[in-house]
Amino acid sequence: MNDKILLAHGSGGKLAHDLITKNFITALDNEILIRMDDAAVFTASGRMAFTTDSYVVSPIFFPGGDIGRLAVCGTINDLSTSGAKPFYLSLAFIIEEGFAINDLQQIIASIKTTADEAGVKIVTGDTKVVNRGCADKIFINTAGIGVIPDGVNISGSNAQPGDKVIITGTIGDHGIAVLSQREGLGFTTQLKSDVAPLGKMVAHMLEVSRNIHSLRDPTRGGLASTLNELAQQSEVSIRIEENKIPVRDEVNGGCEMLGLDPLYVANEGKMVVIVVPEDARGVLKALQQNVYGKNAAIIGEVITGRPGRVVMKTTLGSSRIIDMLVGEPLPRIC
Amino acid sequence: MKYTTEFRNSEIAQALLTRIRQGSRKKVRFMEFCGGHTVAIFRYGIRQLLPKNIEMISGPGCPVCVTATADIDKAIALSQIKGVIVTTYGDMLKIPGSRSSLQKARADGADVRMVYSTLDALQIAKENPTKSVAFLGIGFETTAPTVAASIIEAQEQEIKNYFVLSQNKLSPPAIKAILQSGEIKLDGLICPGHVSAITGSRVWDFIARDHKIPCVVAGFEPVDILQCINMLVNQVEAKLSKVEIAYGRGVIPQGNQIALNIMSQVYEPANARWRGFGVIPGSGLKIRKAYRNYDAEVRFEIKTKPAAEPKGCLCGEVLRGVNTPLDCKLFGKVCNPETPVGPCMVSSEGTCSAYFLYGDEFER
Repeated sequence: MNDKILLAHGSGGKLAHDLITKNFITALDNEILIRMDDAAVFTASGRMAFTTDSYVVSPIFFPGGDIGRLAVCGTINDLSTSGAKPFYLSLAFIIEEGFAINDLQQIIASIKTTADEAGVKIVTGDTKVVNRGCADKIFINTAGIGVIPDGVNISGSNAQPGDKVIITGTIGDHGIAVLSQREGLGFTTQLKSDVAPLGKMVAHMLEVSRNIHSLRDPTRGGLASTLNELAQQSEVSIRIEENKIPVRDEVNGGCEMLGLDPLYVANEGKMVVIVVPEDARGVLKALQQNVYGKNAAIIGEVITGRPGRVVMKTTLGSSRIIDMLVGEPLPRIC
Repeated sequence: MKYTTEFRNSEIAQALLTRIRQGSRKKVRFMEFCGGHTVAIFRYGIRQLLPKNIEMISGPGCPVCVTATADIDKAIALSQIKGVIVTTYGDMLKIPGSRSSLQKARADGADVRMVYSTLDALQIAKENPTKSVAFLGIGFETTAPTVAASIIEAQEQEIKNYFVLSQNKLSPPAIKAILQSGEIKLDGLICPGHVSAITGSRVWDFIARDHKIPCVVAGFEPVDILQCINMLVNQVEAKLSKVEIAYGRGVIPQGNQIALNIMSQVYEPANARWRGFGVIPGSGLKIRKAYRNYDAEVRFEIKTKPAAEPKGCLCGEVLRGVNTPLDCKLFGKVCNPETPVGPCMVSSEGTCSAYFLYGDEFER
């Protein structure tokens, strides 16, 4: 077996067929995929959620995860923001000629582990190989389908004054963990990416409360940008308190070194939850029982006020506006 | 990394604020020289916590901001020379020159690379022996020793394709220029912490002695800054003017002798142009003859057209402390972080950027 990906691996010929059967089908084994038809066929009913995302993270292996786990979690979490239970994922690779097959196998194994953990199936896929230099190692696209339970109506537009704002754990872990591995940065830290599939945690929250108004995963742009999006969509104002936001010492330290603000650093295993005040304690308790929600905290509330405005009370007692992230200080972290 | 939590402690900060409120009688105007202080002051909302009689204004201590348009043009022109890789800190990429920016030059095909340290630039030189690698030396005394050290390192390792475009600057001459111009009256100066870690606090003695202005060197956490303001208030109320240090964990009066030696081994003081100030005598750092083989200005013939300043931009006045961003007609309208007109909106340490990102609703 050749240990590098060749252009022929993406050609649709024998080499491509071997790559797919030996690596993808065997590893990702499930009854829908194994039929090897061009389209996945399955039965589903109810209100559906459908989403897609592409992953170009560099480096592809980082502390706490890799591009494969990220590609599965990202799409699952996007589905979960609608309250949907994720079921099926598609998986498409764009691979640079010369990529090590060992690395590909490792990524596929990680995809399988993550999909199993989340209870989703990879039901269809595609592989393209491009000339050396036309892509950086490997890019992945995933799309996903989920079903929304009856009576659940979650949207970024639903936040109402009085609602509480919860973050499901420490912020900035993913962004700083990936940056710590970048060429030229190379500071050492014990920090790991928080990349995680949150479908089960969201389902647990929905068992406790059907009055969750909004859910959003604060990925690129961080907590600050997500809160701004929600405030704009719902035409409300949001007030948070700096000393209630959970941030690891390593993230604070990394941010100091790199001149970043943890509020703007990406997460891949967190949700912002906006919930009616009566249910906030219950939801928080449910979250804290979940492995990915142990450090959840109520960080603020939705208020009437200038629509779209996010304000933070600082540790000193002053307040300042929290704006959207402008520009792209951290390229290719997801 | 501790040292942040303690110096962000809310109780200590409140105690210092109480002292400031109780101790401060006179109407005063303090300037923070350093852009890092400006950002911290805004980020923690310190201005709104101070009593009304204390006015804070921002100074010229943002290295990217004070880089003259003509010097940005020069860096862009350097990136257009065949076989040249330009390496720079990230902030410089977006700064608009007269006609382009390094970011636009890169999009048009120039080889411009962002680095986090001069060591990365040296590494790029080693990996690209057929190319010439030029590092843009931007910054005050804080970064100048590291640039100087990279030149010494290049010489020791016999790396012959590494060059520095020296635009490094010295901070005391800029403060001197502000004070001598008489454009603004200051009652106290928050001296830069990182610069002073290299230079020592003694370089500010002339301000206290000749201009009778209290000086306190500060760190960059909120407690550091409040401590500094409290010490300035105490000096003002006691009619004293001396140089004090509120950043004992980073600064000593005599500075870092090793860093200072490296700087003077490689550089000699020279005149330099600053945005908003024009040429300030003795404020630049020129690479000495002994190291001329590493001087990009010597190695390359860098041709630029006359510089054109952006119309209506008040960056120069903001840097001198004469105007605030709110006086600028462009601020927040045509000039914002997405489409910056002047450098003070681009740099993460720029005063306009701090006003835009952190200003309260009255300041928008």
